[in-house]
Amino acid sequence: MTTFHQHGDGPAASRALRLASFDPAAFDRPSGREEEWRFTPVTQLGSLFEPSDLVPDAAVTVEQAGGATCALVPKDHPSVGTTPAPGDRVAAAAWQAAEQAFLVTFDGAGQAGPAGEVGEADRTGVTWLTARGGAAGQEAAPSAGLIVIEAKPGARGTVVIDHVGQAYRAGTMEIVLGEGADLTVVTLHQWAPDAVHVTSHRARLAKDAHLKHVTISTGGALVRVTPHVALEGPGANLELLGLNLTDTGQHHEAQLFVDHAAPNCTSRATYKGALLGEGAHSVWIGDVLIRGAAHGTDTYELNRNLVLAKGAHADSVPNLEIETGNIRGAGHASATGRFDDEQLFYLQARGIPEVEARSLVVHAFFNDLIGRIGRPEIEARLTGLVDQKLAAVMARLGLSLGPGGGAA
Amino acid sequence: MSTLEIKDLHVSVDTPEGAKAILKGVDLTIASGQTHAIMGPNGSGKSTLAYSLAGHPKYLVTDGSVTLDGADVLAMTVDERARAGLFLAMQYPVEVPGVTMANFLRTAKTAIDGQAPPLRAWVKEVGQAMDRLRFDREFQERSINEGFSGGEKKRHEILQMELLKPAIAILDETDSGLDVDALRIVSEGVNRVKEATGLGVMLITHYTRILRYIHPDFVHVFVDGRVAERGGPELAERLEAEGYDRFVNA
Ligand SMILES: Nc1ncnc2c1ncn2[C@@H]1O[C@H](COP(=O)(O)OP(=O)(O)O)[C@@H](O)[C@H]1O
Ligand SMILES: [Mg+2]
Repeated sequence: MTTFHQHGDGPAASRALRLASFDPAAFDRPSGREEEWRFTPVTQLGSLFEPSDLVPDAAVTVEQAGGATCALVPKDHPSVGTTPAPGDRVAAAAWQAAEQAFLVTFDGAGQAGPAGEVGEADRTGVTWLTARGGAAGQEAAPSAGLIVIEAKPGARGTVVIDHVGQAYRAGTMEIVLGEGADLTVVTLHQWAPDAVHVTSHRARLAKDAHLKHVTISTGGALVRVTPHVALEGPGANLELLGLNLTDTGQHHEAQLFVDHAAPNCTSRATYKGALLGEGAHSVWIGDVLIRGAAHGTDTYELNRNLVLAKGAHADSVPNLEIETGNIRGAGHASATGRFDDEQLFYLQARGIPEVEARSLVVHAFFNDLIGRIGRPEIEARLTGLVDQKLAAVMARLGLSLGPGGGAA
Repeated sequence: MSTLEIKDLHVSVDTPEGAKAILKGVDLTIASGQTHAIMGPNGSGKSTLAYSLAGHPKYLVTDGSVTLDGADVLAMTVDERARAGLFLAMQYPVEVPGVTMANFLRTAKTAIDGQAPPLRAWVKEVGQAMDRLRFDREFQERSINEGFSGGEKKRHEILQMELLKPAIAILDETDSGLDVDALRIVSEGVNRVKEATGLGVMLITHYTRILRYIHPDFVHVFVDGRVAERGGPELAERLEAEGYDRFVNA
């Protein structure tokens, strides 16, 4: 049985048949009409399509090693290049241009670390990394980054990769989970206002592995993240969480591809975004493929967008392909709306000023998602980040939107 | 001592067919300590009156005035009205997923008082008020009204009233949908607040049932957007016996 739900107006080709290659030349230079590029302002991406234009830059700062071993390794290292092939031209260009990989390894609970500073690290703690671009306001050369995160069989780990500064970058992140591994990967895209970052996250999960993959986009002019997760081992469990705060002049995009290739795997995707200013644009495409062999699959994906400004736009395209009738569940939901006026009225009717009421409702929208990350120190940092970005916007909205104004 | 004065209030709502007049000249004065029952058939405009006083943006005041101790209520924003001392217990309380009851109550109290309540005393006060309204204290960690039963939502409204200590409360069909036990718990709550704070109450109801627990000083029969008749508690008894037909057909 094949059921194919295609939303939107793109060509109805199965995701299983989509071209994937490590060779950029295998992809035509995108015009913007292609299924995978149709929501993206491709004219801003010129150099990122050409591997020869990209300067390899795998440098990542280790703020706190936590439970990981971190090292720069050559690209022919056996841990590098084992995930599925790139699915678009920028991803292939990023791969080809890279010369080294920043390798983050979680090698198993209780296992002794290597000699040196990392050996002394708190092996239960969060691994904090920063990928730093140039100074804000200065022009950045096109660059290509490559990060590989591996969790060996049975290993546990949590890694946060913060992206800051100015950049014009094509990125690759490979995530490999061995049998029974449990890994949380949080990427934070705080980038300077002009930054452009197009990054391909490609992951594979072995039997009973659990990956929590979190993408937070608040900064940059154009941030496009394409997580592709192959559930290859039976019983693997995937949680994809995403949050974007998109203001005037920003394009935040997430295109996910969850490939259920093995039996009895579970996937949950929850992406929430707020559009904060005129012209803000967010894109969410959720491709979920349940292959014939993936009996017992349980999958659900959700995208919700809160539009807080006029002239802002959220594209939301869930897409579920089911090639076996023998599944536990498969569903999707997508909703985009404005503030709920009745909620605001209720809060205000209890004396809470409008700006504060709006802020409560927006925070409530994200609280549940942030709470699912499960590491209080990360949650606190994210809450702070969300607060900071929203505070300014809320004051602005409070003064210009809604009955009564915010000038109470 | 507070006085809410409603004079010749006219209110309309926007409909696809244009503005529709719903309140057609309401006159009503409520002072601290008084309980006014507003009784009327469905669709007579009782909720419209309640929402208009609270400042719901859907309702457009076309004529008349509302003052609280002389201050122009109609010129105030929704939150300013609440801070001035008005409280509306809604017929259909709104769910706000993601905002916990605890956070909500503390934020509202802080807004009303102009300063955060001392934490320890506040926690105790909330807990005791919840106990009296037969609320499990664990409800505090739940989202506002989300998944609450009809009765729980109504008790939550009264809990807020008890904690926020308004001058004048408008209770819009707080009795509807309650079983006898819940009706008694809610009524005791209202009476307790009246006793403690001298609350003035506008008790909107369709039925006389709640008046056995909360005794009105005045009864107003509300028909077609205005007060058709007013009297003392004996008017409620007549309504009980005769129904609204006499007024509706008048
Ligand atoms: N938003 C609205 N649009 C159209 N008609 C409305 C609206 N709100 C109320 N009404 C009408 O106004 C009248 C009074 O409603 P309401 O105040 O809810 O009455 P009550 O609370 O006494 O039952 C009813 O006829 C109702 O249909
Ligand atoms: Mg009503």
